[in-house]
Amino acid sequence: MGGVIVSRNTYIASIRQALTEEMRRDESVILIGEDVRLGVFAGTRGLCDEFGPDRVIDTPISELAVAGAGIGAAATGLRTVVDLMFGTFLYLAMDQIANQAGNMRYMFGGQTSLPVVFMTQNGGGLGAGPHHSQPMHPLFMNMPLIKVVVPSNPFDAKGLLKAAIRDDNPVVFLNQLSLGATRAEVPEGELVIPLGVGEIKRQGSDVTICSAGLAVHRCMEAAEVLASDGIEAEVIDLRTLKPWDKQLVIDSVAKTGRFIAVDESYPTCGAASEWAATVAEFAFSDLKAPVRRVSNTDVPMPFNPDLERQVMPSAADVVEAARSTVGVGIGVNADGMPAVDGD
Amino acid sequence: MSIKPITQQTQQVQSDHVDSDQVVSDPIDKKSVGAVTALDIYRRVVLIRRFEERVGMLFRQGQLPGFVHLYIGQEAIAAGVCTALRDDDYIVSTHRGHGHVIAKGGDPDRMMAELFGKVTGYCKGKGGSMHIADFSKGVLGACGIVAGGLPIAVGAALSAKTRSTDQVAVTFFGDGAANEGSFHESLNLASTLNLGVLFVCENNQYGEFTAATDAMNIENVAERAASYGIAGVIVDGSDPLEMHLLAQQAVARARQGGGPTLIEAKTHRRDHAEGEDAFLAGQKYRSDDELAAAESSDPLNRIHKDLLSFNFASAAELETIDAAAVNKVDAAVQFARNSDDPTEAVLLEDRWVA
Ligand SMILES: Cc1ncc(C[n+]2csc(CCOP(=O)(O)OP(=O)(O)O)c2C)c(N)n1
Ligand SMILES: [Mg+2]
Repeated sequence: MGGVIVSRNTYIASIRQALTEEMRRDESVILIGEDVRLGVFAGTRGLCDEFGPDRVIDTPISELAVAGAGIGAAATGLRTVVDLMFGTFLYLAMDQIANQAGNMRYMFGGQTSLPVVFMTQNGGGLGAGPHHSQPMHPLFMNMPLIKVVVPSNPFDAKGLLKAAIRDDNPVVFLNQLSLGATRAEVPEGELVIPLGVGEIKRQGSDVTICSAGLAVHRCMEAAEVLASDGIEAEVIDLRTLKPWDKQLVIDSVAKTGRFIAVDESYPTCGAASEWAATVAEFAFSDLKAPVRRVSNTDVPMPFNPDLERQVMPSAADVVEAARSTVGVGIGVNADGMPAVDGD
Repeated sequence: MSIKPITQQTQQVQSDHVDSDQVVSDPIDKKSVGAVTALDIYRRVVLIRRFEERVGMLFRQGQLPGFVHLYIGQEAIAAGVCTALRDDDYIVSTHRGHGHVIAKGGDPDRMMAELFGKVTGYCKGKGGSMHIADFSKGVLGACGIVAGGLPIAVGAALSAKTRSTDQVAVTFFGDGAANEGSFHESLNLASTLNLGVLFVCENNQYGEFTAATDAMNIENVAERAASYGIAGVIVDGSDPLEMHLLAQQAVARARQGGGPTLIEAKTHRRDHAEGEDAFLAGQKYRSDDELAAAESSDPLNRIHKDLLSFNFASAAELETIDAAAVNKVDAAVQFARNSDDPTEAVLLEDRWVA
């Protein structure tokens, strides 16, 4: 790859780079949302200077109409990126995303494709309070034909966003709120990570720990701690949550025989529930211990930063769950419920 | 500028449904507010100002988590409206909500504690700046979702009507919020059910960094009232006494079963969010002229001048009130600092009702 410029990008700079490159590459790509020219999260900042106000479109505060316009434009020849700022604002756009985008192609017998990306911030970690800190991904995983992407680092963010923009289907692209300033080496130019393909971040033989987004970092920290106990964890970053890389997970469990699903969302119908159920269904004969889930406490995201930290999965929670599955230490309540669920 | 009708159509549409004369009145005699109420308004304006100045300072010093949207520049609206309300009336607030809570009689100690995330705060540290509520004072909560509060106020007014009380519900919201579906649905619902709601649009001319003129192709939000068959009025939202008089009329009408009013208060804010200069990194979104205009229409100066010119108070008396506000804010910061953080038990409180 001689001649490729690699820089130490922030996550936000990676988003900007992906958008810039895709808008250069394909004139049909437009970006639309509230304050996208100025760039509230800075990932869209400066794009209007290069691509002009016809392709970088500021809108009124009207999430439903803006999301729907992104869909209508995508059904008629454009490739749209709709910036919805905070994940919770997707609730206001929900009819258009769930009823319209999610159904349109199938319901109309395949007459259209829908190259639209709904991009927003996901999850907690900034002390922003309950209306600005919710994990949104399970909601969309629960919808039949919407793709869901949650990158964990600047490199993946670029490669996955480029793939999402080139994808002909609706994609909900969730940037973890607290990863914006994290840095990694990111090459300029062609870097496309196919949707639906996970990655093994760390090889291990004793327990498979599966996660995505911010939680990947907690799992990697936990793996270090476990290694000092002599427990080798295999850490998987799914990157795309729908469709997701089942085979990668099942193959890993065949090797380790133990499975922990770690997800920054709620325990009921969370992403971890889906992973755990899939492993129980398709890898049961490989399991040496019950699967474990580590999820958020089942309460709205509190404002106080210490409480917020308690709600989200911590490295310690992951360590505790891993130890319990390999039979070291006790991490299960008398009634058999994981202690980390908060109830 | 005094209260004036918006457009010919507005009045025509209104006439079928409401007695528009009660709201759209002749130029106001601000002195008619009277010394007692005028001083009450001043007390609230100055307390909001001193509270918000301190919050801004604490935030810039990194002492407060999350982010804060200050009410500085808009004090006339909350103080003018809330002095026209009874204790048992309802308000629903916004992300820029500290001023509304103070104006409705909220306790600065518990507010400041909430901003620090302390267990003695209004929400035990679980809500923060954008989510302060005091149900005992009719404050049904601030709201981090733009236009999230409007339907709640409609519901509170529906409840009052169903329970046959004459309580009124007020929802404050910004110019930006007027472009959400929630705004349109709420006005229409309140109109068709003939509910006692005041829709108070605080038009500070920006939604985040987008000018209202780029976000709608009409000059006045109040024009939208005509579409829903309700009264729409414009008021100088930088003038506390004028604001109060107009609110009084709309409240009286709502109490008597005369239905909702859309009040557009033209105003200025200082910044969108505290610390935005660093975030903007040199990008500008408004002109120096606009900033100067905001400065010159300062509501605190306005009411200070009025109180003196109407002989409602001496400069020394006003100074005493101001000093008392500063003391209250000092005490609130002390209270917050001396309070405990919420424990893990608090995290698990307030879930289901048993
Ligand atoms: C539904 C929703 N969309 C977007 C936002 C992000 N946001 C927070 S404040 C704000 C501007 C609101 O403008 P306006 O209603 O005029 O109120 P102001 O801030 O001027 O008081 C925006 C877009 C939000 N909080 N909620
Ligand atoms: Mg505004």
